[in-house]
Amino acid sequence: MARSVWKGPFVDGYLLNKAETSRASGRNEVIKIWSRRSTILPNFVGLTFGVYNGHKFLPVQVNENMVGHKFGEFSPTRTFTGHSSDKKAKRG
Amino acid sequence: MARIAGVNIPTNKRVVIGLRYIYGIGPAKADKIVSSLGIPAERRVNELSDDEVLRIRELIDRDFRVEGDLRREVAMNVKRLMDLGCYRGLRHRRGLPVRGQRTHTNARTRKGKAVAIAGKKKATK
Repeated sequence: MARSVWKGPFVDGYLLNKAETSRASGRNEVIKIWSRRSTILPNFVGLTFGVYNGHKFLPVQVNENMVGHKFGEFSPTRTFTGHSSDKKAKRG
Repeated sequence: MARIAGVNIPTNKRVVIGLRYIYGIGPAKADKIVSSLGIPAERRVNELSDDEVLRIRELIDRDFRVEGDLRREVAMNVKRLMDLGCYRGLRHRRGLPVRGQRTHTNARTRKGKAVAIAGKKKATK
């Protein structure tokens, strides 16, 4: 079920401060965040976040199409790459 | 034979049913179209007058997105997800289920027909 509109988008509050300080500092550095559950807001556009996936901080450059998605959607937590296609590897 | 919304030529079925052959029109919309134009439920497609066909065509053009336009819209939505690099986009690219369904078994609609694992030994009795 979709989230009620009257609640507004969910964002962990400290992200707003982090985004603001990084914007104020002017340097374009990666903002490390753990809050994968937070919604990407319009005022995050243009910043780069390092979104933790349980292992590394994956850099996510936020553009306006990403607004409304969650940070976690851009930082996959699983590594499955597919089964090997060559037949001899398994026979051995 | 009536051509409505481009290529669709529904047969000598009832109008409510025939309209569903158009991509983007299902039971609900077909019902809405028929009732808003006052076409009796028993009317068959081949019994429609030219005027009625015209009115159906106009109503669909005005109110609904069907066939090519709709397909394009859906494809664009999927493409947006794929270009974004988000999780749902990755699942579309891989051809795996997008909404968190299990893939250990099932998921055959997205994955296509099952492929045998190469080199796997048959279980001996």
